[in-house]
Amino acid sequence: MEADTLHDLTAAYALDALDPEDAREYEVHLARCERCREDLAELSQAATALAYASEAPAPPPELRARILQEASRERANVVPLRPRWVRPVAAAAAVAAIVAIGLGLWAMSLSNRLDSRERALTAQERVTQILARPDSRKISFDRGTLIVSRSGDAALVLRNLERPKPGRTYEAWVAEPGSSPRPAGLFEGGDVVAVPLDQPVPDGALVLVTEEPDGGRQAPTSDPFLQVENASPS
Amino acid sequence: MARSFAHLSDEAIVALVARSDQSALAELYDRFGRVAYSVALRILRDEKLAEDAVQEGFLAAWRNADRFMPERAQASTWLLTLVHRRAVDLVRRENRRRAEALPEDTDYAASDSAEDDAWLRFERERVQAALSKLPDQQREALELAYYGGFTQSELAERLGQPVGTIKSRMFTGLARLRELLGEPGPGETAWKPTPFTT
Repeated sequence: MEADTLHDLTAAYALDALDPEDAREYEVHLARCERCREDLAELSQAATALAYASEAPAPPPELRARILQEASRERANVVPLRPRWVRPVAAAAAVAAIVAIGLGLWAMSLSNRLDSRERALTAQERVTQILARPDSRKISFDRGTLIVSRSGDAALVLRNLERPKPGRTYEAWVAEPGSSPRPAGLFEGGDVVAVPLDQPVPDGALVLVTEEPDGGRQAPTSDPFLQVENASPS
Repeated sequence: MARSFAHLSDEAIVALVARSDQSALAELYDRFGRVAYSVALRILRDEKLAEDAVQEGFLAAWRNADRFMPERAQASTWLLTLVHRRAVDLVRRENRRRAEALPEDTDYAASDSAEDDAWLRFERERVQAALSKLPDQQREALELAYYGGFTQSELAERLGQPVGTIKSRMFTGLARLRELLGEPGPGETAWKPTPFTT
C-alpha cells in the first residue's frame, strides 16, 4: 500500500477498527513515519475519550483482587529487572496530578501560591464538592466552564491557559450588577485550571478574570480577558 | 504497606508499575478500573467477558509498562487502549451480536467515592456533549467502530458505503471530536489571554 493510503488508516487504527492485515501493515509503516506517530497520539487520545461517554457501573470488587493476584503470580516467573528509566516527577507535575484522580484526561494545575499540598488538596476538594452537588449547573463557554451550585458556591474550570508573565497572577472577580467586582481568588495557568471561587456567584452576576501584579489586588487594575455571566436558566 | 499515591501523576504510577511495584498497579486499577470496565461492558454486553477484557488489559499493562512512553501518550490513553483492544478482540472472537441498540442509561450503583462519581459524570457529560455535535454519519462511524468493535470493512458492508467513505468519516469525526474536546495537541500554542474592554 502507498504511504498516503496507509496514513489514511490512522483514525481506524486509533479506534481498533482495522482488519488484521491492514493493522499489521500500518504498524510497519508507523515504525518509520513520524507524522503518523504524531497523528496517532492525538487521535488515540480522542478515541479514548469515548470510553468516558458510557455510563459507568462499578466492576465487581473481586476483579481487583484477581488482577493483583495474577500479576503477583506472573512476577514470580520474571527474572530480576534490567534497569528501567525512572522519570523524576517535577514538583509542578506532581501538583497537577493531585487532581487526576481517576481521570487521565484531567491534569489540573493549582495555584503556585497554594504553598502546601494540604492547601492544594483543599482547593481540589472544594471544586469537587461543588461539582458533586446535584443542583450544580454548568455554564460552558469557549475556553472552559463555570460551575455554580444553587447556593451560589462556584468554581471556574479553564483549559489550556498560558501562564501569567513573571511577577503577575490571574485574579478572578465576582461582579454583581451595580456594584464593584469583589476579589474571588488567585490562580496560575495550566492545561486544566480549576479555581474554587472565594465569593458566591448569585444569578445574574458576572465572573471576570484579569491579570494582576503578584499577590492580587482588591480591585481590578486591567481589563478582564474573560467574562462569564451566571445567566439564570430560562 | 500502605502508601499514598495521591500526589503522583498517572504517568509516574506507570513508571512504578514498570518496576513491578504491585501497589502501583493497584493504584492504576483504582484510577481506571471503573472506566475500563464500563467501556468493556458496553462493547461486550456480558459481565464475565468484560471482566476478562479488563483483567487482560491490566495484565498487559503490568507486562509492558516499561515500553510506555510518556512523551508519546497519556497513561490513561495507553491503558484504556490496551483494555479496548482486548475487548474488541473478544467481541470479534465471540462473534457476539453487535448490532443491537445501545442500552438506555441505567442508574448504576454509586462507587465508594462521591468524588470519583462527580468527576466521571462531569467527564461523561463533556464527551457526550462533544459527540452530539458531530454530524450523524461521523458519530455513527465512531460509535460502531469503538463500541461495536466493527472493522472498517465490516462497517462499509453494513452501511452500504465504500471503505474510503468509512475511513474518511472516522478520520474527520475523530479529528473533530478532538477539537471539540479542546485538547491541545503537542506543539499547539496555549491560550494567551487577550484583554477586552467591557
